[in-house]
Amino acid sequence: MELYELTALELGAALKKGQTSPAEVLAAAQARIAAWQPRNNAFITLPPPAAPQGDSPLAGVPMALKDNICTKDVKTSCASMILGDFAPPYDATVVERLTAAGAVSMGKLNMDEFAMGSTSETSFYGPTRNPWDPDRVPGGSSGGAAAAVAAGEIWYAIGSDTGGSIRQPAAYCGVTGMKPTYGTVSRYGLIAYASSLDQMGPIARSAADCAAVLDLIQGKDPRDGTSLEGQYGTLLSSLTGDVKGLKVGIPADCFGDGLDEEVRRAVLSVAELLKSRGATVEEFSLPVMEYVVPTYYIIACAEASSNLSRFDGVKYGWRAAGYEDLTDLYQRTRTEGFGSEVKRRILLGSFVLSAGYYDAYYKKALQGKAVIKDIYDAAFRKYDVLLTPVSPSTAPKLGESLSDPLKMYLSDIYTVPLNLAGLPGISIPCGFDSKGLPIGAQLIGPALGDGTILNAAHAFQLETDFHKKIPTGKGGSVL
Amino acid sequence: MKITEEMVDYISVLSRLKPEPEEKAQLATELERIVSYMDVLNRLDTAGVEPLSHVFPIKNVMRPDLPCPSLPREGLLKNAPSEDPEAFLVPKAVE
Repeated sequence: MELYELTALELGAALKKGQTSPAEVLAAAQARIAAWQPRNNAFITLPPPAAPQGDSPLAGVPMALKDNICTKDVKTSCASMILGDFAPPYDATVVERLTAAGAVSMGKLNMDEFAMGSTSETSFYGPTRNPWDPDRVPGGSSGGAAAAVAAGEIWYAIGSDTGGSIRQPAAYCGVTGMKPTYGTVSRYGLIAYASSLDQMGPIARSAADCAAVLDLIQGKDPRDGTSLEGQYGTLLSSLTGDVKGLKVGIPADCFGDGLDEEVRRAVLSVAELLKSRGATVEEFSLPVMEYVVPTYYIIACAEASSNLSRFDGVKYGWRAAGYEDLTDLYQRTRTEGFGSEVKRRILLGSFVLSAGYYDAYYKKALQGKAVIKDIYDAAFRKYDVLLTPVSPSTAPKLGESLSDPLKMYLSDIYTVPLNLAGLPGISIPCGFDSKGLPIGAQLIGPALGDGTILNAAHAFQLETDFHKKIPTGKGGSVL
Repeated sequence: MKITEEMVDYISVLSRLKPEPEEKAQLATELERIVSYMDVLNRLDTAGVEPLSHVFPIKNVMRPDLPCPSLPREGLLKNAPSEDPEAFLVPKAVE
């Protein structure tokens, strides 16, 4: 068995038992990255890895960080030209916590520019490709994270999820990805897209690996006022795989028109398996789905237009040449430094916040958010977890999505409501379609129900091996 | 909802962006299509619903009032496109 076939926890245990050495593990990761980087372009920056310090079940296990997470003195680009060679003067809280737990960071992962996109094609550093088929996208925006874990270059990654950016690429690449409850992971050092929706989380092979990572990174942080007090650190130890009596709700509204038939069948097979292990499964109605995408895009773009005003060519990064005065400096730097999807969202955000339209769009969306949250809260008075698809289809080909932004936004329908309601969600591999592409299922929990969905995902993974499949890299065209 | 090129100009100023004249018509069309889709929200009854900006009811988050070091000035200035040892440099803004 090759080291890259192990889960992160298995590799951590093998290191502790002396069955492999830190040098051997590092060499294995470097060889795998050298082989895959020319094919999938999952990394933006590959600095020399530092020796691990600190201890945890994942000590010494190579991992990597999405490139919107600040790393002290290591280039952090958000996959944008506007940040140039920005090297932050501090580490994000998650980086501090992982370093203290003995993590070995291999580098910074490719993504959609400023995490705005569903394909990882908008990166200034070139698109990431899906390791299952290089003609297809890995999903986004944490596409580099999902592609690198799927290809066995690293054993886990930290991504960020504002509207599905961990869960959807995990589904497209056949790995497990989790957005925890909003506020359980500090956002200090995450370059903000939409602060009220952004949350960091793990992408790994298995739910158990995700639990182990979350045990390291969750916690109250005085530097993030939205982080929640709570009992953290017991997710891994409470995984039993016992789902007897678990009440699983299936929202019929998430299995209607527009859903690929192969995806539907694979996702519903998760319900069957949980049922065979003692869960009860019931269909119900969640009558908000047509409102979630507009609500999400209004709020996300509004917050982005404010958050991204800090990129002005003055404090960090790149500055345009040939400006006449200060305003011209701002305008030229931003117009030349941002890509077209980022500019589109900034313009939309400025529009929905502008005088005359604020009430009709932004305020209306905040009311929509309240309605959506209430409807999910009501569902969780009846069910312990909800099961839905992650995305209406498997990974599209490169170039198919960007020509029609509205169509791309609509494909986020199953993932965005969790960000609006602050809920945890996990994407688990549940099959392959007839093209050989991975399919993901999403388990959703109530606020702070992170352990419940991890346990349901773990129960599924005890009896299936979709999450253990690794692409050979032989299919598709050569780059 | 109709988005005109004049509106594109106005929100571009608010956004500190300067699209090329030939881009404006296309931007207006794209934004109009997206904004018109967002109008489905008008069908959602939100009468009497309080706008929700934060999902959890946490308010007035305090931390202990303890002095702790700020980041060193040198580290904060080193990423600037133009700086001197004490400040970010920009073109003269006030005559």
